[in-house]
Formats: sequence, structure tokens, C-alpha cells
Amino acid sequence: MASTDISLTHDVHHAHDDHDHDHHDQHFIFKYIFSQDHKVIAKQFLITGIIWAFIGGALSTIFRLQLGWPQATYDWLEPILGKWIEGGKLSPEFFLSLVTMHGTIMVFFVLTAGLSGTFSNFLIPLQIGARDMASGFLNMLSYWFFFLSSVIMFLSLFLETGPASAGWTIYPPLSALPQAIPGSGTGMTMWIVSMAFFIVSSLLGSVNYITTVINLRTKGMSMTKLPLTIWAFFLTAVLGVLSFPVLFSCVLLLLFDRSFGTSFYLSEIYVAGEALSNVGGSPILFQHLFWFLGHPEVYIVILPGFGIVSEIIATNARKPIFGYRAMIGSMLGISLLSFIVWAHHMFVSGMNPFLGSVFMFLTLIIAVPSAVKVFNWLATLWRGNIVFTVPMLFSIGFVSLFISGGLTGIILGNSTLDIQFHNTYFVVAHFHLVMASSAFFGLFAGVYHWYPKMFGRMMDDKLGYIHFWLTFIGVYMVFMPMHYVGIAGFPRRYYSWTSFELFSKFADLNMYISLAAVIAWLAQFIFAFNFFYSMFRGRRATQNPWRSTTLEWTTPVNPGHGNWPGAIPTVYRWPYDYSKPGAADDFIPQHIPYSETASSNLPHEKDLA
Amino acid sequence: MSTTTTLEQANTTTWDGGNEPMKASYGKLMMWFFLLSDAFTFCAFLTAYGAIRHRHHAYTGAPEDFTFSTAYWPIPEKVFNAFPGLHGVDLPLAFVALMTMILILSSVTMVLAVEAGHRMDKADVQKWLLWTILFGSAFVGCQAWEWGHFITGTEQGMTLPDGSVFHGANLKFNQYGPVLFADLFFFITGFHGTHVFSGIVLLIIMFINTVNGTYQRRGHYEMVEKVGLYWHFVDLVWVFVFTFFYLV
Repeated sequence: MASTDISLTHDVHHAHDDHDHDHHDQHFIFKYIFSQDHKVIAKQFLITGIIWAFIGGALSTIFRLQLGWPQATYDWLEPILGKWIEGGKLSPEFFLSLVTMHGTIMVFFVLTAGLSGTFSNFLIPLQIGARDMASGFLNMLSYWFFFLSSVIMFLSLFLETGPASAGWTIYPPLSALPQAIPGSGTGMTMWIVSMAFFIVSSLLGSVNYITTVINLRTKGMSMTKLPLTIWAFFLTAVLGVLSFPVLFSCVLLLLFDRSFGTSFYLSEIYVAGEALSNVGGSPILFQHLFWFLGHPEVYIVILPGFGIVSEIIATNARKPIFGYRAMIGSMLGISLLSFIVWAHHMFVSGMNPFLGSVFMFLTLIIAVPSAVKVFNWLATLWRGNIVFTVPMLFSIGFVSLFISGGLTGIILGNSTLDIQFHNTYFVVAHFHLVMASSAFFGLFAGVYHWYPKMFGRMMDDKLGYIHFWLTFIGVYMVFMPMHYVGIAGFPRRYYSWTSFELFSKFADLNMYISLAAVIAWLAQFIFAFNFFYSMFRGRRATQNPWRSTTLEWTTPVNPGHGNWPGAIPTVYRWPYDYSKPGAADDFIPQHIPYSETASSNLPHEKDLA
Repeated sequence: MSTTTTLEQANTTTWDGGNEPMKASYGKLMMWFFLLSDAFTFCAFLTAYGAIRHRHHAYTGAPEDFTFSTAYWPIPEKVFNAFPGLHGVDLPLAFVALMTMILILSSVTMVLAVEAGHRMDKADVQKWLLWTILFGSAFVGCQAWEWGHFITGTEQGMTLPDGSVFHGANLKFNQYGPVLFADLFFFITGFHGTHVFSGIVLLIIMFINTVNGTYQRRGHYEMVEKVGLYWHFVDLVWVFVFTFFYLV
């Protein structure tokens, strides 16, 4: 890593002065493809993420078809799926691949790289008042490692033996033994290699975000004047730096078990009439290592959403965010707790029940900072002059989904209740609401809100409203019924349930869920159309279309390389001066000094040093 | 008028922006955070080592009666007791102690290189970098011998259930005890060795740049300092690896 730094150690600010002079005649390849400009890299992450989201969504739609209409024949899918359709039926191995790849793609490629890759890159320099990231080169490298990892994962979809199919959590021994399931052959190897590159990408990105926030804040931008988005991205990056290396260790050991005959995770296995020679390893060890990443990972997914939503709700309620410091404190608390609750994913794995009760205790504590956040959002909305823009709707939707999904988290966090609920659709419903859908809503809110800054044009409002309502209703129609199915004990990842008499009464409900899933997925094409159409034909944006206070809206409509044509603005106030009594306007941007706002200064601000 | 002037100035204390609050350049901060991340990688491996070792029985008899067996975790002194050129002599941990000394020495010379960089003394930076590269390479060489000896094994070897005798160790068989002892030994010391090797490559790049005068022209030797951070980290990790595999 350090070797790549060599050509870059000249002073950051000098570097950008140089760029200011020559960015006009940059070659296309360096301007749009191998760009070191954080805004271009952000768009690269975003568009790659959107493509992945559609692939991940398509995979889930296919397995929802199977679950909703188990008796139907799928010959019509044969042109796309080829040999995965056997005699008009989805092959069971393919079903497992679909589930695995849906999870992997959505969690890592869309909601980690696509979400924090996009918005950390785009917003950190713009909102803290920096010309670019600390190291533009490493930032570019971060995207291209992600791209490489994407290509490998994508290619694995076309293997004859199929992509990885041991679940996105790739538990051994299933994932370690190629003879156990076809997907554990080359598909699994490619999964591991792809994830190794993904981790490199994440690490390069994260160290860049952290150092940029620490070192490149403009004059006056203290840590407690940072917009909450930046705090969220900062903590997301810290979580990434500390948890992804453990996944790296975890999959490296798995790679050795798979390819070089070691026994780290394997012991006393009898498969297909053959006793394996592996002794002494422990599959539970894998689960501990995996979930040490896996749990912070869900916060890596949701924290950017916290930040984006806080920002958008304050802007559109025209009110200061309620409890700014409590918001920071609760994010810090959640980040800290995220590292000490991982074993709540393993209550029924044979772990010591006493240890389970310790993890249960720690898990339930997370409800406190989460509730602080939720009540702060609600208090911000309360009696606000709410402007129902599309991003605002998605932000309110986020809060709604976070509450609905969070409540079931309190149920699942209890180790005794988990005996009934583990590996059922109750769990699926819980995390899809609280983490997956919420994070998607955060992503949508962010895209609609910062689209004018990204492309200099507005997205279409009407299409946005249609997209919101279809998605919002669709998501609830999919995941609410799933709770009932789950409470009844319906297990996740089962290809077919028709042979269990017990579950046949859920046939209608399953069909309903699948229908809603298809509709919700199709609704996303409205977004895709809106996104790409508005890029060229959208209404031209003004400099500050949402009348927001943060620094990114002080840049030109289409900011060039270096963001501000003149000097970087200095910051004097916090980012939430909305509807301040006595002020001429209902918002005061961060770069306006108190001397210009004598009429609205509070007593203690009159003598601010 | 004094109130107006203060109202127009932004705060300027440590964390108020527009400066480097930790008094470190972005490159150095990045190196620190990378090392923090890498530390978690090693922690995961060493935790895995602890967990797996805990699953195995410990040897409970008298040390003099110790024989190799897959039934219990071996005593490290009995496994690592060879020294190059002294065949058949029982020198517990002597060679690994030498290796450790060499690596610690390389850290000392690294400190001297960084210190010479602060003085902008090109000749001294070259000299100490070269010593560091030499000691680092010596460590990797020693590790290669250690691995070679471990893989070749002893004359007596271990008798397998089918009557054949197996000498040494690989990832699937191990004459010294449970197969995971060898798996973990190869994996963790190998992973550490890879780090040392990357460190040597970085040091060689530093050396070439120093000779070419790149850093002299730049006006500082911060790159050497950053690689120095990495080198000390790798050294520190070895202390833990050494403790786990050889001492406890």
C-alpha cells in the first residue's frame, strides 16, 4: 500500500492548484474512467451499485417465483437460465445459488460499496470544505478494486457448477467441501477471491475517508460543526477498517481448507460415503470470525442511511435536527456496541448458553441508542414546516421501516425466543425491513437529494412520487406477511415446502408476498428511467435547490475538479440553522459569519470568539 | 468594534479545522489506520490459534518422557530444538531466539534510518536502510530454514496406523502432533513472513529512491518514516506470534 503512495506525497493543496490549471484539457479516459476526482468516483460507485442492485433484485424475483408458485413450470425462463431449468423446474441447487448471490450482492456490492462508496466519496470533501479526498489516487484504486471484485463475482454467475450457494454467510463445512454442493466448487473459490479484492477496496476507501475527515476539514469546521452525514460516513469507515480484516482472515482460512487440505474449520466429516481425514477444526470458529465482521457490517450498511436521513429531514422540516449531539453520541454508541454483539447470530449454534445471555444483554442495549435516533427524527419532524419532496418522503419512509424492523429486533435479540425464530422467515422479515429496505430508502433519499449536485439537473418529481409509493407499499406488502409465516416456523432457504402439510395453508400468503415482490422490483425501473433520463433531459438545477445550509451548495451548479473556483469557504456555525428566529431567511448557511446575522444571533453567539 | 471582529473569525483550536489535528500528514494517518486494520487480521488468526489449541488436549506427563503423538498438543521446546550445523544436539528454541534477535536488530537499524532522515543525512539513511534490508532478509532466510527443518522432520518420525512411518509435517500430516499444529504454524508464520517480505520490497524501493535523491529533493524523508511504521508493526506482530507458538 505504501509503495503506491510514492508519487503522491507532494502537498495536497499544491496538487490541486496544479489540477485547477490543467483539468480542462484532461483526456476522456482520465476525466471519466481513471479519474481521481472524488465526484466522478462517487458516480462510478453509484452506477455500478445500481447495476448490481438490479441483478440482485432479479435473482430474488426468480426465487420468489419459485416460493410463490411452487407448482408452476418455468420453461419460459429457459432462454435466460438455460440448464438451471430442469424439466420446467428450477433446480434446487440453483435456488440455493440465487439466495446466496442475492444476499452477497445486496449486502456487499450494493449497500456497502454502492451506498457508502457513493455518498462518502461525494459528500465528504464537499461538506467538510476540501478540494478532494486526501489521496485521489488511492481513491481511484479503491473503485477499481471494487470493479475487479465485481467482475469476478459476476463471472461466477456463469459457471457450469454455479456460483457460491452456501448462503451469503458461507458457513463451512457446506462451503468448504466441493462434494457437498456444486456451488462449493469453483463458484465458492471465485466468491472468496472476489471478496478479498472487495476488502482491499473497502480498506483503501475507508482509510481515505477517515484521514480526509480528520485532516482536511476547512477552517472553522470543528467536529461538532460537521453535518451528521459526515459523522455517519466517518464511523462507517472506522467500522469497515476494523471489521473487514477479520472477514479477510476468516475467508483466507476457509480458502486453505478448501484448496490446500488444512482442517481449520473441519472435523470428523462423513460425506457421500467417505470419511474425510480432517480432524480438530471447528465450524463454530468460522461463525465467530464471520460474525465479528458480519454484525458491524449491518451497521456499515445502515449508518450512512442514518446520516443521509438526518440531513434530509432537518432540511425539509426546516428545523434544526433535534439533539445534534445525542445523534452523534448514539452513532458512537451503536458503533461501539456493534463489535460486541456478534454472537446473537449464533444463539442456536451450540454456543454456551451463558455466553448467549451475555450477548443477549449487550444486544438489547442497542435498542437504547437506536431509540434515541428514532425519537430525535420524530422530534425534528414534529411541528416542522415539512416540505414533502421526494427525498423527504424516502427519509420518512426510512424512519418508518427502521421502527417496524427494529421492534422485531428486540424480539429476536432474546436468546430463548431465538430458539423458535432462528432461520425462519421472521428473521428474513426483520433484517429486510430494518437493514435492507431502510438502507435502500436511505440510498434513494440520498440520490434524489444530491442528484442536482451530481448532475446539475433535477430528477422528475412525479416519477419520484410514484416510485416512492410503489416501493414503500411494496416493501411492507412483502415483509409484513413474512413475519406471520416466520412465527409459524416456516424455514428460510428452503427450495420447496409443499411436502410439509403444516405449511400448505401459507400457499396463498406466499403467493401474495411474491406478487408484491415482483411489483416492488418492477417499480425500480421507474427509478432507473428517471435517473438516466434526468441526467440528460432533467430540469436544470439551481445552486441551492433545497435551500440547505451545508457547504456543498456553495459550490457552482456543476463543480469542477477542486470543487470551489475561488477560496474554500470558512465555517462559522453548525449545519442546522433552519428557521432561526429573527433571521431574514429560513436558513443560514454554514459559511455566513455571525457578524452578518446580528438580528438572529442568540445571546451566547454575540460574543463568540 | 471588538465584538464584530471576533464574530468574523472562525475558531482556530486543535479540532477546529484548517489544520492537522493529530500533527500527522494524511499519509502517516493512513498508514496508522492500515496498521490498525492489519492488527485485526492478525488478532483474528491468533484468536483462531487459541480457540483451536483449546480444543486439543495438553500434554500432562513429565517433560522428559515426552513423545510426539496426535493425542495432545506438543511441547514447543521438543519440536523447535534444532540448530543449523549442529545435527542431533538438543537446543530448545535457540534458533528461533536468534531469529527474533535479528528481527529486533532490524527494528533498531530502521529507527536509525528514520532518525538519519530527520537530519537529512542521505548517506546515513542509505547505510541504515541497507542494514535493515540485510537483517530482514536474514530473518526470512532463517524462517526458510526453520520451515525446511519442520517439513523434513526427524529420523524417528511418527508411525501411522497402517505401519508406515511419516517424517516431518505438511498441511495434512504432522509427525509432531495434531495436524492443526502444523496447519496453524505454516499459516500464521507464513502470513507473517509474507508481511516481512513485503516490508523488504518496500525497503528496497525506499533505498533506490534514497540513492536517486528523490527524498533529498522533496525535502523530507517521510516515506521512510511510513515504511518504518510498517516495519515496527511487523516486528511487534512477531513478538506475539513467537509467544504463541514457541513460549506458551
